[in-house]
Amino acid sequence: MRFTPRIRILLIGAITVGVAIPATLDAQRQNRPVVVASKPFGESYLLAEMFSQLLESRGFSVERRPGLGATEIAFGALRTDAIDAYPEYTGTGLVAILHDTLPDSIMADPRAVFAHVARRFADLYHVRWLPPLGFQNTYAIAVTRSAANRYRLRTLSDLARESPHLTAGFTADFIGRSDGLVGLSRVYGLRPRAVRPLASAVKYQALAAGAVDVIDGYSTDGLLARYDLVTLVDDKHFFPPYEAAALVSGRLDSQMPSAIAALALLSGRLDETTMRQLNRRVEVDGEDVKKVASDELIALGLVGGNAVRGARGIPSAQHSGFWKYLWDRRTTLAALTVRHLELVALALLAAVIVAVPLGLGLERTRRIAEPTIGALGVLQTIPSIALLAFMIPLLGVGIVPALVALWLYALYPIARGTYTGVRDADPDAVAAAEALGTTPTQRLLWVRLPLAAPVIMAGIRTAAVITVGAATLAAFIGAGGLGEPIVAGLALADTRMILSGALPAAALALAVDGVLAIVELLVAPAHRRTRLWQRRTEGAEAATTSPETAPISTRQ
Amino acid sequence: MPISLAARNVSHRFGNVVALDDVSIDVDAGRATALVGESGSGKTTLLRCFNRLVEPEHGQVMVGDQDVRTQSPVLLRRGIGYVQQHGGLLPHWRVLRNVALVPTLQHMPDSADAARRALELVGLPSAQFGSRFPHELSGGQRQRVAMARSIAARPGVILLDEPFGALDAISRAELQESFDNLRHDLTVTTLLVTHALAEAGRLAEEVVVMRKGRIEQRGSRRDLIRAPATDYVARLIERARAGLEALRA
Repeated sequence: MRFTPRIRILLIGAITVGVAIPATLDAQRQNRPVVVASKPFGESYLLAEMFSQLLESRGFSVERRPGLGATEIAFGALRTDAIDAYPEYTGTGLVAILHDTLPDSIMADPRAVFAHVARRFADLYHVRWLPPLGFQNTYAIAVTRSAANRYRLRTLSDLARESPHLTAGFTADFIGRSDGLVGLSRVYGLRPRAVRPLASAVKYQALAAGAVDVIDGYSTDGLLARYDLVTLVDDKHFFPPYEAAALVSGRLDSQMPSAIAALALLSGRLDETTMRQLNRRVEVDGEDVKKVASDELIALGLVGGNAVRGARGIPSAQHSGFWKYLWDRRTTLAALTVRHLELVALALLAAVIVAVPLGLGLERTRRIAEPTIGALGVLQTIPSIALLAFMIPLLGVGIVPALVALWLYALYPIARGTYTGVRDADPDAVAAAEALGTTPTQRLLWVRLPLAAPVIMAGIRTAAVITVGAATLAAFIGAGGLGEPIVAGLALADTRMILSGALPAAALALAVDGVLAIVELLVAPAHRRTRLWQRRTEGAEAATTSPETAPISTRQ
Repeated sequence: MPISLAARNVSHRFGNVVALDDVSIDVDAGRATALVGESGSGKTTLLRCFNRLVEPEHGQVMVGDQDVRTQSPVLLRRGIGYVQQHGGLLPHWRVLRNVALVPTLQHMPDSADAARRALELVGLPSAQFGSRFPHELSGGQRQRVAMARSIAARPGVILLDEPFGALDAISRAELQESFDNLRHDLTVTTLLVTHALAEAGRLAEEVVVMRKGRIEQRGSRRDLIRAPATDYVARLIERARAGLEALRA
């Protein structure tokens, strides 16, 4: 009898949920933002922005994750439904993801390659290639005109012949890919004297400055023309076709067919000439990606003239003064700074909550203290970007994996500071407190923690500064923050944009360090504070309280 | 109320090192006994058995008429005064708060008053010294504060572990004198560890000479001088005397 009302409620609840769930799910499908990402180079940014604006013009809300990461990261995120769409190239899918080799007859036919790749992706990963956008962006192995003349370079075979004299500057992606340096070495026998991994954004400058002799570019790159470079002919037809297309997640495909339909509107609409012009506007003229994307969508008749929010009023990056540039972007930068601080504060708070008790616990079990802290120290040696990449399969992209990674980095300095501080806190005082009948908790709260506070605080301070720096990398997995303009600026070869993230980040690190320095003073044990005060005021009081002037001789 | 102390057939080892080898001593209530020996003789280990800082492997340790093992270490220690070589004052607490530690732990309602009285007893007026931090005192003053801390809650027994060991000769002599006065005023049972036979003889009614974890001889200073039980004791006395002669010459 007692359970009857409860059961009734449960039944009603179950029925309500049963009726409501399909309806709400449908509503959620419509309300859920479509997550659009890009790889970290200009064209990918531009295409992702076009996808985003196109979706927005059709009433979808869009979450942008520009410059998410190289193929591995972007595709990993798509596979796990952490993102919904990003621009990809069929050749990359074929070689870098599927690791397939096709007969030359098929390789020569872009349509056949697309069909193969689309079928295999659907079978293996349940992700969908939308029909190609209409242009190919193949690798363009480029040298300066003077080098081409000096070494008589026209084809990749020529390059292979001269390669022992040449230094290559390739993107990390290209160096590791089987359709990159690995394959070039195998097919052409390319053996450069040295290979320097370079970010996309700097390789053109490095080539122009003579730091490297040969780089990997993209055939639609806006920068190829700017630096007057010679693209070498792929005389052995090594590179597969690289048709650009939207790659969409299985979830988007099954849940939001109307979004797929919207994205498909771009299929076949962008030819190579158009794309090269658009890339040039972004990479050479420094025009805003949003503006270029909206101009093209309007020109294609895909969106109305005023459909795009925020596209207007953003000045061109390259042609105004730096401070004006910063000023014009103040609201964006302020928002990014707030997001950055949120990331740092949350990660740091979580690290303090875990690492301080951990340090205290280790002080009680010293046998495992050094191995444990050592293990946390090993985490510090993992490059931030690698740690962030590890997080994607586990936690997807966005804020959560970034917080976890930052949290892991912050643990070591705090745990180390707490352990050392508490362990080394005035052993005589601790021993006396024990001998006089204090409990372990009283010793901790009255003696050890107050005396260890400055060392613990120093650990927290170190962790905070590390976290402010590492948080800039969180932008690579779409967590936002001041890393966003850095990542975008690197991809677009826009120094101002990089600085607009890097300078506030550096200022933030200094500010956080300064604030915590004050906190460190405030938590110093009472006798240290007094000393500091006396040092500042000097004066008569210090003299009367010094041991020499208040000796025991008063009793003689 | 002074309390008696007793150790019966106490043995203890640290790893393979024998610290105490079947040691027995008695200290009658209100009396003072000094444990004398070189480092490694086991004197400090024996002292620390009485407030359970060391738990001996064998034997029985009594404080009053109770085996220490029947009492919680924390409560036991609150009833026993303790002074160590380097005072062990809490550096971030002012003198008065340091001295009021045990009264506070015992929830005495007038713990600050108890601390003030204890400071007066060791010759440090609380008005002048109570609000200083330990680092604002001389070494001798710090040791006085440690002594005040040990008596503030009026324990029946005080354990002192080389309390004058780190002081210069003049401070030491002054502190010894005020300790002697204090002990008689308070009628407290005292167990004192020292490596100096002269100090032991001056401050304690009974002297226990220890060596390698065993007792060589126990008795009054007079007993020891008149009839040293072993060569070691005789040499110890000889050395103390030689020091004194050298000073007179």
